[in-house]
Amino acid sequence: MLKANNLRKTFSPGTVNEKFALNGVSLQLAERDFITVIGGNGAGKSTLLNAIAGVFPIDSGDIFIDSKDVTKYPEHKRSQFIGRVFQDPIMGTASSMTIEENLAMAHRRGKPRGLGWGITNDERALFIDHLKILGLGLENRLTSKTGLLSGGQRQALTLLMATILKPRLLLLDEHTAALDPKTAQTVLDLTERIISENQLTVIMVTHNMKDALKTGNRIAMMHEGDIILDIGSDEKKSLHVSDLLEMFEKASGDQISSDRMLLS
Amino acid sequence: MSIDIIGTLSIGLLWGVMAVGVYITFRILDFADLTAEGCFTLGAAVAARLITVGASPIASTLAAFAAGAAAGALTGFFHTKLRIPPLLSGILTMTGLYSINIRSMGMKPNIPLMYDNRTIMSDFAKMFSISNKIAVFCVALICVSIVIFILWWFFNTEIGYAMRATGNNENMIRALGVNTNVTKMLGLMLGNSLVAFSGALIAQFNSYSDIGMGIGTIVIGLAAVIMGEVIFSDKNSYKGLIAVVLGSISYRFIIALVLELSRLPTTDTRGISSIVLAIALALPLIRKSLIRKKPPASLEREVA
Ligand SMILES: Nc1ncnc2c1ncn2[C@@H]1O[C@H](COP(=O)(O)OP(=O)(O)OP(=O)(O)O)[C@@H](O)[C@H]1O
Ligand SMILES: [Mg+2]
Repeated sequence: MLKANNLRKTFSPGTVNEKFALNGVSLQLAERDFITVIGGNGAGKSTLLNAIAGVFPIDSGDIFIDSKDVTKYPEHKRSQFIGRVFQDPIMGTASSMTIEENLAMAHRRGKPRGLGWGITNDERALFIDHLKILGLGLENRLTSKTGLLSGGQRQALTLLMATILKPRLLLLDEHTAALDPKTAQTVLDLTERIISENQLTVIMVTHNMKDALKTGNRIAMMHEGDIILDIGSDEKKSLHVSDLLEMFEKASGDQISSDRMLLS
Repeated sequence: MSIDIIGTLSIGLLWGVMAVGVYITFRILDFADLTAEGCFTLGAAVAARLITVGASPIASTLAAFAAGAAAGALTGFFHTKLRIPPLLSGILTMTGLYSINIRSMGMKPNIPLMYDNRTIMSDFAKMFSISNKIAVFCVALICVSIVIFILWWFFNTEIGYAMRATGNNENMIRALGVNTNVTKMLGLMLGNSLVAFSGALIAQFNSYSDIGMGIGTIVIGLAAVIMGEVIFSDKNSYKGLIAVVLGSISYRFIIALVLELSRLPTTDTRGISSIVLAIALALPLIRKSLIRKKPPASLEREVA
């Protein structure tokens, strides 16, 4: 359902800061694929997700979603297909707007906005049902500003916002990395649950190799702006973190540079 | 000591419309927009000129409103299409407006409104046979009420939500499918149309428009916004709109009080405005150093 061919992106081209962030990376996802993406700092993982979401125009390559060429679509137009959760909890919500207002905006993702009410009573009831499932008590705080929520609560809310209208593609960029281990686990469990209940197609970037192995049906490794390994579900099941490290070194000819990856 | 209560309230309300416009661009849209400086005069110039050539006061005021929207759109164009930073976009419009304002006033630096020129206030006084002073107050209150009611409605619509989110977390609302260039453009038009509207009302209230009357608009507007937040604190919700108007009124009373006590000439108003704004801006800091129980915010974050 997703086809990204030969994506290239150079930041600050022609300057001393020139950075080849994506070097002809290609990625194909089938319906219901759940691919985890690992790789060292600066490997280009976030850039890949941003390129797919249309945050910036890419230099070359093309992107198809459901065999529709979206390469030239600006970000707000691609949003009809894509739900996102970011690493930084602050990025996922409008912090001076309330929980229900944020959800209402998410509930209109990719749709034209008019002069109708920003939220309806039916929606409120729907949001309460969904918030109850999160099990964080947020259903009683519909009119609290999201700036008052903890990082874990915000990530759970952002996850709900990204999926309340079923997205064709869900992009998760280290969405548990800023949380303490226990909260991270809670949010990850929630993520898996929402994904399987909604049968979503997902790209999840993570620094946690165990999570990367445990979740999803595919695993990809990025290095210097390209995917150097893409392992399918059969092989993935039998892998351990140590195998993964070994494969990475062989494929990249490099030691794993990220301490965060080793630690986790 | 004598402060003209009704008069000060009226001025606070009339300028409050402008402050609400500034609140929309600076606070809701988070866009440091200096267009207001030229736009206030634009509204005054357009309304005064049209009134002197015989247009109805209401039509003249609405034309001023539209002119303000156009000025906001120009700033929006500089920013969203030409990618010029917010501050500079506003400065470009503001500077260009100087020439336009002179032209709208028929190449003169001011237009006096004569006794036989109608204004919204004089029409209102005649219609209900009340004194001019009460009429000014009524007109001011009605205008502010209408503005607040419409904005309250607007900021609760889908587009209104999108506009608030644009000032709050632009990346997020873009990822939710909003073209933030459009919301910014609309917000700039809305804010500046209110600034020009206020200018048109003030011109009718003062019975003249003058090329220099917009100087200090931003400072006066921000002073009202910040006083509203400090005194009635509720940021970024519709209550914030009322707080801004109350801030504008409080600000006028402070100015009136200072002028009364110090016997300074009214030309010192803008100097006092700057001082009042500086104090209002420093209030959070002053408050903190007075209380000093909590560690500074940066420390707090590290501990947490
Ligand atoms: N907006 C930008 N401007 C300039 N350079 C950028 C920009 N975004 C990313 N880069 C550079 O592109 C490279 C890839 O960055 P990216 O954020 O995709 O890495 P990542 O794999 O997500 O790393 P991390 O694990 O640290 O999040 C880095 O060298 C980064 O400095
Ligand atoms: Mg990243």
